[in-house]
Amino acid sequence: MKIHEYQGKQLFAKYGVPIPKGYPALTVDEAEAAAKRLIEETGTSVIVVKAQIHAGGRGKGGGVKLAKNGASEARELASKILGMQLVTHQTGPQGQKVRRLYIEQGLPIKRELYLGAVIDRDKRRIAFMASTEGGVEIEKVAAETPEKIITVHVDPTVGLAAYQARELAFALGVNPKHFTKLIGALYELFVKEDCSLCEINPLVELQGGEVVALDCKINFDDNADFRHPAWKDLFDRDEEDPIEMEAKEVGLNYVSLDGNVGCLVNGAGLAMATMDIIKHAGEKYGVAPANFLDVGGGANQEQVTKAFKMILRSPKVKAIFVNIFGGIMKCDVIASGVVAAAKEIGLKVPLVVRLEGTNVDLGRKILSESGLAIQAATTMADGAQKIVASVRGGAS
Amino acid sequence: MSVLVDKSTRLLVQGITGSAGSFHTKQCVEYGTKVVAGVTPGRGGEKVEGIPVFDTVKQAVKATGANASVIFVPPPGAADAILEAFDAEIPLVVCITEGIPVMDMIKVRRVLEGLKTRLIGPNCPGIITPAGSAAGGCKIGIMPGHIHKAGNVGVVSRSGTLTYEAVGQLTALGIGQSTCIGIGGDPVGGMDFVDVLTLFNADKDTHGVIMIGEIGGGAEERAAAYIKANMKKPVACFIAGTTAPPGKRMGHAGAIISGGQGTAGAKIAALTSAGCKVAPTPSDMASTLQAMM
Repeated sequence: MKIHEYQGKQLFAKYGVPIPKGYPALTVDEAEAAAKRLIEETGTSVIVVKAQIHAGGRGKGGGVKLAKNGASEARELASKILGMQLVTHQTGPQGQKVRRLYIEQGLPIKRELYLGAVIDRDKRRIAFMASTEGGVEIEKVAAETPEKIITVHVDPTVGLAAYQARELAFALGVNPKHFTKLIGALYELFVKEDCSLCEINPLVELQGGEVVALDCKINFDDNADFRHPAWKDLFDRDEEDPIEMEAKEVGLNYVSLDGNVGCLVNGAGLAMATMDIIKHAGEKYGVAPANFLDVGGGANQEQVTKAFKMILRSPKVKAIFVNIFGGIMKCDVIASGVVAAAKEIGLKVPLVVRLEGTNVDLGRKILSESGLAIQAATTMADGAQKIVASVRGGAS
Repeated sequence: MSVLVDKSTRLLVQGITGSAGSFHTKQCVEYGTKVVAGVTPGRGGEKVEGIPVFDTVKQAVKATGANASVIFVPPPGAADAILEAFDAEIPLVVCITEGIPVMDMIKVRRVLEGLKTRLIGPNCPGIITPAGSAAGGCKIGIMPGHIHKAGNVGVVSRSGTLTYEAVGQLTALGIGQSTCIGIGGDPVGGMDFVDVLTLFNADKDTHGVIMIGEIGGGAEERAAAYIKANMKKPVACFIAGTTAPPGKRMGHAGAIISGGQGTAGAKIAALTSAGCKVAPTPSDMASTLQAMM
């Protein structure tokens, strides 16, 4: 789960990671009021107006602007950014609508640095990465000048050691005392809040030598939501794909893709492999998966029906491939769910079903007796061929 | 022969009184697994399917001589259940639970360092040595037993249903399996591909291996390095997620391409250069291995 910059900075403040002063704003009036308040409280002559969307690259896309002439200019900038369709390298060409702003105090910056914490799955530990190359994409630094990224791994039984914090501070050339305090707070936040990513890009050194988090990107580990009731309030529905949301609420894994074949599969690996085989068979004909959908190992008939309805609703879907290897999930349950959904909504596109595993004969019987135009496939490859033929037949 | 489990394995079920725990205990017993004990704190003295339930893992091990444990405890208590099994010095711990916070698993992993115990999972289907051979008849987990056939191919996979797919294909070709292991789809877990390949390499009754990976992390690349340097047996592979977009979690917490790392293309290239054959589609996993043997 992702959260906004301003929400992350509220966590920074709670744990003691230094940040510039700032206030969120949902309207132009609120933005102006926040700017006035910042000028009064800090005496700042520069106000930063920042679009709050979950994607990175906001500055380059025109979502971050400086007001140097007081609150009325901040208001003007806010009115331009609020409601705009912000396009960055992470949003895709359609962009993301800006619905929230963060109004922040401008600071006298000396240097821009980078500090990030991630789960290093290969080392099975939390890794802190620091670089003097701040303010640019860290992926680019990693690819072009990997020697400019310094990494330390934290032993979970010890926590972040003082020498590790110093090692990074000396590499960055910042005051070790300031930095040790900042990174200690960041480590505590990362662990207690169950983060999967926590990135400060840029971390800035001010003219006076202090280090401050100018930006903040935090992702939480979805698996830990049972122990974080506060996450419900941090969640922003507007940033999520509506179909993916709906799927999540009924316990399904759904990811929207750009193609034209709806997929319903049990198990994440098999669902990915199904996407792969459709593309493999159909790429040269413009046939590709419209979604990743894993109904899980223990879905009931109602969940299958809901999943099938979600696929049917998409106008881009020209054919549907149901691919089930029943283990715990019984083939007759899947078959009943598919038939119920198809009868309720009406099946307007070709449907190819491949069933294998537990109760396969019963499942096949339910499908063949349903009266629906279902093409049975014997293997995944056979199913992919039939899907490609169906889409091409429908297109001509 | 087989690896890790056979018909002499004495299994303990942690979380035996829960719905998943009791259902799968019954399935495992029906397949021939010797389930000797269950553990649910506060339910000691009860019986599930005729199997005695204990309050703690240590009590269960002392009373029954259990030498493997399977965990069906829900995510909030699952890491604690794994630690309890470690502390009781059970040689093999299989954690089926899906959805354990990665922070919990980082601690578990740290405790595992230096122990003799082997951990499979979490978020995995488990391990099976199919019935029908001298060794066979031990199913520890949630896989459908009836699709398996005893034989000489080892299967190791990060995905549950894709393992069944590979096993189904092998059995349809008349090729049996020595042992099949699902290592799970989480970013931080127990045994990885190299650990399992090392066992298969040393097992005289495993003659070839199907290895099923997916996008995310570097486990397949490490497996490729191991295979290149050490593997004496043919390995056929499949990597799921060639078409997955970067930055999107594809069901498994571990299946995500981030920062340009963990792409299917890089994994396929590493495995190919290590001498593996990579199946072009998931329908060709068993036939790809068959052609190598």
